[in-house]
Amino acid sequence: MNRLLKNREIWLGLAIVAVVIAVTLRFPRFSQPGNLLTILNDTSILMMLALGQMVVILTRSIDLSMASNLALTGMIVAMVNAAFPFIPIPLLIAGCVVVGAALGAFNGILVWKLDIPPIVVTLGTLTIFRGLVFVISGGSWVNAAQMSPEFIQLQRGAFLGLPNLTWFAIVVAALFFVLMTSTPIGRGFYAIGVNPTASVYTGINVGRTKFLAFVISGAVSGLAGYLWISRYVIASVEVASGYELTIIAACVIGGVSIAGGIGTVAGALLGALFLGVVNNALPVIGVSPFWQMAISGAAILLAVVLNARGERSKGRIILKKAEVAS
Amino acid sequence: MTDISATGRRLPNRLDNPLKSAALSWESLLVLVALGIFIANSFASPYFLNAWSLSDLTFNFTEKALIALAMALVIITGEIDLSVASIIALASTLMGLALQYGADTPTLVAVGVGVGILCGAFNGFLVTGLKLPSIVVTIGTMSLFRGVAYIVLGDQSFKGYPKDFSWFGQGYVWWVISFELVLFLVAAVIFYVLLHHTNFGRRVFAIGNNATAAQFSGVRVDRIKFVLFCLTGLMSGIASVLLTARLGSTRPSIAQGFELEVITMVVLGGVSILGGAGSIIGVVLAALIIGLVTFGLGLLNVPGIVMSIFTGSLLIVVIALPILWRMWKAKRA
Repeated sequence: MNRLLKNREIWLGLAIVAVVIAVTLRFPRFSQPGNLLTILNDTSILMMLALGQMVVILTRSIDLSMASNLALTGMIVAMVNAAFPFIPIPLLIAGCVVVGAALGAFNGILVWKLDIPPIVVTLGTLTIFRGLVFVISGGSWVNAAQMSPEFIQLQRGAFLGLPNLTWFAIVVAALFFVLMTSTPIGRGFYAIGVNPTASVYTGINVGRTKFLAFVISGAVSGLAGYLWISRYVIASVEVASGYELTIIAACVIGGVSIAGGIGTVAGALLGALFLGVVNNALPVIGVSPFWQMAISGAAILLAVVLNARGERSKGRIILKKAEVAS
Repeated sequence: MTDISATGRRLPNRLDNPLKSAALSWESLLVLVALGIFIANSFASPYFLNAWSLSDLTFNFTEKALIALAMALVIITGEIDLSVASIIALASTLMGLALQYGADTPTLVAVGVGVGILCGAFNGFLVTGLKLPSIVVTIGTMSLFRGVAYIVLGDQSFKGYPKDFSWFGQGYVWWVISFELVLFLVAAVIFYVLLHHTNFGRRVFAIGNNATAAQFSGVRVDRIKFVLFCLTGLMSGIASVLLTARLGSTRPSIAQGFELEVITMVVLGGVSILGGAGSIIGVVLAALIIGLVTFGLGLLNVPGIVMSIFTGSLLIVVIALPILWRMWKAKRA
């Protein structure tokens, strides 16, 4: 029970429930299952992106290029679909993952082989990828009329009562859960975040592990590229502009430590869900959507203050134990 | 010094010399790059070599470069401030709000600069007072500050700034020399002296190289970091006054993406993103290079978004080249 109370994910979960209850008291329709599912579906893309970002942040890196990667892959897939509507959608999705992973690998190789700080690399690729969207599209849009019906409808279908988009998020989350908890690679992400030097001695290739993290975040961005474009049925240069910060915000709110090594799949998912619930609640309670940005900013600051507290007290407890032991 | 040479035991000064020579060669590289782009520009466009063109060019970078000067110090101490563009937006919005209540030009400037300092102090308090990582704090305040601007303005805008206020962004001190350029040059000199010729500057480097050691040698690490965040806020406030005066209106999306360009200038200028090394001359040169590149491409009718490919590549290439060069040399040795 005590451990449960200290669990950050539980507190975040309770905070989300509290927001839902508070809104429901005024507007009972808010917590109807249908609306809650809509919120979950609306947040699916952010959840996947937050998981990808989490892996990168765990390794003491940061990926600022995710939103630009998403926009670039999305534009590529939209243009391919518009030009060759007969290509089956699963093949397109696989292509998106590969293209996204390749863009991520570009980040990763610069971090791994040249040892350039990740924030510099991804700051550069953030602008480069976004610029490339303009170059390949010539600044024009790909709109709903140019996309094939299957391209648009795939994620809108439902399976077992849940929209396919939500299923995408569930499958991705399950994959991440297995990766992070049950594979040497996943444990390696935590290890090099907690202590890179010790990781080297345990035989983990730090550079290669960071490279893999960037490939993963890139692959997720690529997948999100297709999902985003087919959801909002418009591919343009401006797609998801500035969204990289929302992704990082979801991670920070979810308790992923920017110093690396701390963070869970559940935390990242709940962090994204928190932002989703708040964003969906604002119009319901009649607050202008222009409040959204300030609220997520305040949420980030609050989360980081609380996280820092948690991490600090943990440090003290370890020291106390060490004192008792000696 | 004489003692050492007398005994014949010359200790290699590992702390100073490699850094200094690297910085020197870095700056000469930047000068070469700037000259190259300048010459390429004059060949590429017949409109480039003209006093007024060159004057227009400076407007491309002065506001960002003003912030880059302070940002360089913040990054040298190993911190970062991603909220600068949002400080511009908030300061500009509150100036617009003050205008609605009939503020005159001196009040407007005071509001802009004051908001900047307060925002910087807020960042500084969160980083030094609550011991939070600056990258997360400033990602948060980046949303918060601009978010407040959105709350105030929504999809509206403030217009109708007084004429003497516009002078800050559009006025010329003498012939083609704009007020913005003069202000930037003065600020560059002040920051140069501050970083390279004062105790304060030495402490900034000390913190960046080893904050713990600096703390134990009596440097008030937190206080200096706090001051630097305030300073960055101040420069953002000043930039906000200039930008608002130049554009003549305030929208909440003003200066969107500036933070990345400012950081690009700083890193391109040879400041180590890991802290501990860098020079103001490098930052000034980097600002000039980015101004030259974007202006030159603009004369060739290259759209802004494509220019960003060049600045992004420039950032990565300029950092990667020396590393590749060192790797190549190490392989040969």
